[in-house]
Amino acid sequence: MLRWIVWRDLMLAWRRRADMLSTVFFFVIVVSLFPLGIGPESQLLRTIAPGVVWVAALLASMLSLGRMFANDYQDGTLEQLLLTPQPLFLVVLGKTLAHWIVAELPLVLVAPLVGVQFDLSRGTLLILFASLLIGTPVLSLIGSVGAALTLGLRGGGVLISILVLPLYIPALIFGSGAVTATIIGMSAAPHLYLLGAFAIVSLLFSPWAAAAALRISLD
Amino acid sequence: MLQLRRRTNNILEVSKLGCVRGDRRLFSGLDLSVSPGTFVQLTGSNGSGKTSLLRILCGLLAPAEGQVKWEGANIRSLGEEYVTAVTYLGHRHGVKDEFTAIENLRISNALNGVEISKERARAVLKEMGLAGRESLPARLLSEGQRRRVGLARLLVCNTKLWLLDEVTTSLDKGAVALVRSLIQNHLTGGGIAIVATHQDLELSTDRIQRLELTT
Repeated sequence: MLRWIVWRDLMLAWRRRADMLSTVFFFVIVVSLFPLGIGPESQLLRTIAPGVVWVAALLASMLSLGRMFANDYQDGTLEQLLLTPQPLFLVVLGKTLAHWIVAELPLVLVAPLVGVQFDLSRGTLLILFASLLIGTPVLSLIGSVGAALTLGLRGGGVLISILVLPLYIPALIFGSGAVTATIIGMSAAPHLYLLGAFAIVSLLFSPWAAAAALRISLD
Repeated sequence: MLQLRRRTNNILEVSKLGCVRGDRRLFSGLDLSVSPGTFVQLTGSNGSGKTSLLRILCGLLAPAEGQVKWEGANIRSLGEEYVTAVTYLGHRHGVKDEFTAIENLRISNALNGVEISKERARAVLKEMGLAGRESLPARLLSEGQRRRVGLARLLVCNTKLWLLDEVTTSLDKGAVALVRSLIQNHLTGGGIAIVATHQDLELSTDRIQRLELTT
């Protein structure tokens, strides 16, 4: 059943490829603006790189979160999903997984490439990739709660940012912290462990919270 | 004794149901008992709560007061067991614009636990008068054709209780006749249909209840 939901959402995303590409382009452009604006000061660029890439990833996921349930809500398929025999948290989990594959995974893959602009070493780029790989599921998971809560509200796009961005702060701190630690020659492992723990906690709680929020939004 | 038998016959029982939307009370103290093979026609002016009643009956909406019982148990405690006995078609079609008619039908059925083959989906859509349009994205279909794609689910599902909200809007004469025969077959098979419509569907059954919501 989970398979069908993930497949359905992936197919939908494929039929609307432009949405997916716009998220990736937004991420690439925002990250690239910093080296262009600051100029060729490689020491400064290296220092700000982890924060810039991570903040850009948070903002890029804001663009796609609004669509997580909104399209299904408008054409009535979300009601039908609520009336299917499987538990609602599984439906939410499936949609969150599809969101991660469509909206977050491309960012993770492209991050080492845009990171080159910041004069990062190969090892640092690898840690950047790893931190995003572990951290971006948190963005999809916590984001699903925000998306479900703001469903059907006017100006939901702004509201979702206000709701969700503060909750992203731990992921931001440990994610960019891991990269910074590598740059100054320390081990990134503690940061990545904490990031992984945060991902597991959000995996345990977010689908239930988002399912409850969906029921309220559709009431 | 007779009284007792009739009581156990009613598989859907609604008692003292009340619905409040915002700060407006739509209806209260609504009672309804439905036995298998019954058609319930739901009428009432716009905004009288027809859609809200159907949404309460399918479990999407929590009633302000009263309860809905299915085979003697409250539907809020039955949960997923009740969902498999119900098909709800709202006034939004539940059809994805990006998917073709075949994909729409197959996916919505698979999510309800009924996997059907492409050939079966094609045959069902042909029966709904969509032959030759099965492989077009739904956004290229007309309003009435999209409604037909949504209605095609009724041919596949084997649920006991149908809750249909304004099914006949934007349908032509042929499609209305199709809906009528679908409901007729459903009733003869012992199913229940609760339909919000002002159109007389001219069903040939004597088990018709009319429920008018007044504000």
